[in-house]
Amino acid sequence: MLELVIFSTLNGVLYGLLLFMLSSGLTLIFSMMGVLNFAHASFYMLGAYFAYTLGMYTGFWPALILAPLLVGALGSLVERFGLRRVHANGHVAELLFTFGLAYVIDELVQMVWGTVAVAYREPSYMREPLFTLFGTDYSIFRGVVILISILMFIALWYLLKKTRVGMMIRAALTHGEMVGHLGHNVPRLFMGVFGFGCALAALAGVIGGPLLATEPGMAATLGPIVFVVVVVGGMGSLQGAFYASLLIGLLQTFFVAIDASLADVFNALGANLDPYGEVGRISLATLAPMTPFILLVLILIFRPRGLMGELEP
Amino acid sequence: MSQDIIAPMQRTKSRTSLRGLVAWVVFAAVLLLLPVFFQGNSTAFTLLNVIGINIVFALSYNMLLGQGGMLSFGHAVFFGLGSYAAMHAMIAIDEASYAGEGFWAHVPVLGMPLVGMIAGGLVALVLGWPFCRRAGTAFAMITLGLGEMVAAAGQMFPSLFGGEAGIYGNRMVGPQWFGLELAQSSDVYWFIAFWTFAGVFAMWAFTRTPLGRMSNAVRDNPDRLQFIGYPPRNVRFMIFIAAGSFGGLAGGMAAVNYEIITPEALGLIPSGLALLMAAVGGLGVFYGPIVGAVVVTLMNSMLSDYTDASILYVGLVFLAIVMFAPRGLGGGIEQVRVAWRDGDLGRRLPGWLSGAVAVGLIIVGLVVLIELAFQATHGSDEFAHVFGVDFDAAGPWGWLTVVVLLVAGGLIKRATNKLREDQA
Amino acid sequence: MLKSFFTLIAASLLLVQTAGAAETVKLALIDPLTGPMAGAGQPALEHLKFEAKRINANGGIAGKQLEIVGLDNKVNPQESLVQLQKAIDGGIQYVTQGNGSSVASALIGAVEKHNQRNPGKEVMYLNYAAVDPSFTNERCSYWHFRFDANADMKMNALTSYIAENKDIKKVYLINQDYSFGHAVSEAAREMLKEKRPDIEIVGNDFHPLAKVKDFTPYISKIQSSGADAVISGNWGQDITLLVKAAAEFGLDAPFYTYYGASSGVVTQLGDKGVDRIYQINEYYGDFEDEEMAKRQVNMYKETGWDFYYLRLSTLLDMFKKAADKAGSTDPVAVAKAMEGLSLETTTGEVVMRAEDHQIQLPMFISVMQDDMEYGAEGTDYNFHKVARIDRDDVTLPTTCRMRRPK
Repeated sequence: MLELVIFSTLNGVLYGLLLFMLSSGLTLIFSMMGVLNFAHASFYMLGAYFAYTLGMYTGFWPALILAPLLVGALGSLVERFGLRRVHANGHVAELLFTFGLAYVIDELVQMVWGTVAVAYREPSYMREPLFTLFGTDYSIFRGVVILISILMFIALWYLLKKTRVGMMIRAALTHGEMVGHLGHNVPRLFMGVFGFGCALAALAGVIGGPLLATEPGMAATLGPIVFVVVVVGGMGSLQGAFYASLLIGLLQTFFVAIDASLADVFNALGANLDPYGEVGRISLATLAPMTPFILLVLILIFRPRGLMGELEP
Repeated sequence: MSQDIIAPMQRTKSRTSLRGLVAWVVFAAVLLLLPVFFQGNSTAFTLLNVIGINIVFALSYNMLLGQGGMLSFGHAVFFGLGSYAAMHAMIAIDEASYAGEGFWAHVPVLGMPLVGMIAGGLVALVLGWPFCRRAGTAFAMITLGLGEMVAAAGQMFPSLFGGEAGIYGNRMVGPQWFGLELAQSSDVYWFIAFWTFAGVFAMWAFTRTPLGRMSNAVRDNPDRLQFIGYPPRNVRFMIFIAAGSFGGLAGGMAAVNYEIITPEALGLIPSGLALLMAAVGGLGVFYGPIVGAVVVTLMNSMLSDYTDASILYVGLVFLAIVMFAPRGLGGGIEQVRVAWRDGDLGRRLPGWLSGAVAVGLIIVGLVVLIELAFQATHGSDEFAHVFGVDFDAAGPWGWLTVVVLLVAGGLIKRATNKLREDQA
Repeated sequence: MLKSFFTLIAASLLLVQTAGAAETVKLALIDPLTGPMAGAGQPALEHLKFEAKRINANGGIAGKQLEIVGLDNKVNPQESLVQLQKAIDGGIQYVTQGNGSSVASALIGAVEKHNQRNPGKEVMYLNYAAVDPSFTNERCSYWHFRFDANADMKMNALTSYIAENKDIKKVYLINQDYSFGHAVSEAAREMLKEKRPDIEIVGNDFHPLAKVKDFTPYISKIQSSGADAVISGNWGQDITLLVKAAAEFGLDAPFYTYYGASSGVVTQLGDKGVDRIYQINEYYGDFEDEEMAKRQVNMYKETGWDFYYLRLSTLLDMFKKAADKAGSTDPVAVAKAMEGLSLETTTGEVVMRAEDHQIQLPMFISVMQDDMEYGAEGTDYNFHKVARIDRDDVTLPTTCRMRRPK
């Protein structure tokens, strides 16, 4: 039992951190520009594929830096020549633009790298166990992923709170027009933030690719969950996104770990549900991947501004 | 250009009722004459039937997005559940007419869309209230969550949804009306045509009701609506129910046409399809989604015969429309129509035509480029076949053609812009 | 505007129709050829095209040249029906499909209804991979022939093998949460109980289809249950991610799978799959027969896809044999000739059982290994034979009451 709890916690935290890396960029973009970027997970996928191709020439570590930079540059271009053009037509048009972009990126990835998954793996020395607990290995790579996520979180916090650019971004989050009136180049700031957000997503892709899988469907499956994190966390709140990511990560892993069905849960609460009926039979493990969406709907009904957000979306 | 894309085209004069009538007569005549064109061609009828279903689906979606300003990612829930209800009813008819008694034995399959409509409306009625508090992103996200949840539930309750294999029925049961046997797709066409016409007319009539007008108000300025005493949430809720009903109507049509329904029909992909059709056709014009449904359905079903990159083309068309023609194809048609009515067409036509030539050249150039790239990366065929011409990705000529086409298109486009500026 | 649409439709239809004029017999593959699932349909299309060349070089189908037509259905049942209609209108009377029981279910119903409503224009449906047992039991159809072992037959073969293996005392079941996954789990529990009552089922998990990105929580559960073996009917990313997570956490229990060798799995797993992932299938990666080995290498060279679907070759060979026997390519005659037909293949004799149109064939358990002479997907890894299960140990009775047309 203890080992289950320990490993579920470790797994939940790891998954949560990966989610946070993905969603932190989206939170910045969303709160500043009001754009819920549907293609955000596609940039995550591009990060993984770029790192795979670059890694064949440079190795894992340089690719870890180069791939996000490339994707970030690509993201800036998308903002400059795509989103900015559409911006004049309102938020719905922007959302539709990113929706179409996700389609196109997914197809282009298939065109370049094929329809089957690619063999993007972590370097072999990282496959060794970092430690072994109750006979279960925990690989070095997983440790590295946690370390990178934490470093990124600290760097992001420093950037936003302690630098001049960070101050501008924070100001633009809440008082975009005022920042413009003060003579700052807000469009350029938008472009930078969009590119930066995409680069963060790509970083998540570089480490998420070997951890999960690098295949053309990787964006489509993770995309909606990232939205959930941003909305549940609350608009404009990185802290909220952080808690939401961890919450979803832990919730999913523990739902899987607990061996109980809906009937067990409800009957423990005093209800009388047939454990072999079609509803009672459903196990919590089955519901695990649905938890983000259940959470999303509940939050939007009962607390629309999210866990830590100040404004309603 | 710098207006919100879902704002309607400005109307200079209000249409006289006679003109409105002409449009409907033409629509009915087209529906009646289509079978003459395609006599004996069942593929055409199959496609027409799909198009009919998608027209109603896309229009019902546009009640939310185009008219009510509510961006939904879960509209397929109503389509799918409507379809399931109709299918269960069809199975009931089958069983009842076997026994020869009971209520269902007297219900014709032709009425199934109504069953779907009621089911869609009821689902929206039950689920909708908490969703309609806000429009915008909150609504988009909550419908996304709803769609994912219902789609997952579809796999979890096999007794209702039939598991992965879905549930299936037979449309040739129950009392036969108007001699329609519904055996062939050409028979089904009359059924689809009737309900398409009825659905389109009802949705158009809806825009003329006070509620329909109010839905535009809640889109444009919910605060003001609140001030004059109509809570926006109530208005949104009613639109939601109406859109759900018509989504269910389309689902009921689909149940009869396909005779099978699977849980996939509830998910994000068909919801995205509705959005795609409505946006390609144009959100601001009533008939926009009709155009969109025709174009997108044909692209979906026919394009993959000619190229492996068909989905890429659909995505690019969508992206191009969002970026360069935010009013969609319907908006373009409307522009021409308005110019023609105002006697302005002669003056503006040269600019439009040369613009169309430019766009055409650029599109052809891009198509050749994509096919060449596809051939270079996949290389199962020796040549990229484009419009009956073979291009060899290994040689320079194909790529040169691309450059020539794109440059020519760009130059004409620039000249066109200048022409239009001079006119203005 | 509308008129130009008509001409567009008319033009596109014309293309489909004129292609049907020559003296050929056409087989349409209705499978995902674009989009995220294209990796499942494309190899089948290439395999059919590759084998069609061999058939045509050997005299074709009843003297006619075989032509393969790919039709993209995006794994959507409704779209599949549109594509079926297109095929029928193009003069195609034979369709094959494999990916997705939902599509198969739609096609069986549609073909049955079409043949009832259009006598004289019959269509035959050759199923190469949709394994829902009901298609050859309660839902059996005269016009449907299955060339793959159904899910229960595979489990029958697999449990026969496990029953022999006395080291296995605890088994963990993990499957996708939909009809197929539930069927696999149920069959495993029933058959193990019958063949090896001493085996304990220590876990029976269902996870949502194609939604789970991180399988580590499931692996922790398997780990702590002390299972000696895992049985899974997972396919696609769900099997890759599952085994990958197991390797990363040092879970050494073997994974007995249905789809361990499907495309992409070997590439992604690499050494993580070696000696860990087993599969039950009608073939294995390294043919002993030299002619087959050569064919396998040639196909990879020519198409870039592996020779994964031996059953597609069997399908075409049986099609040819039935048509040659009937001396006609009319589906009514071919279907009649196909019933009870037997064929000698590289793995032994296979029979198309007349009662339910379910192929009866020997099967193999194989395990992924490194340094193979012929590697899958351009790697050094492939599946190596562990055991052969005879046809009699694979077969299962059927409840089908076939309704034959007069």
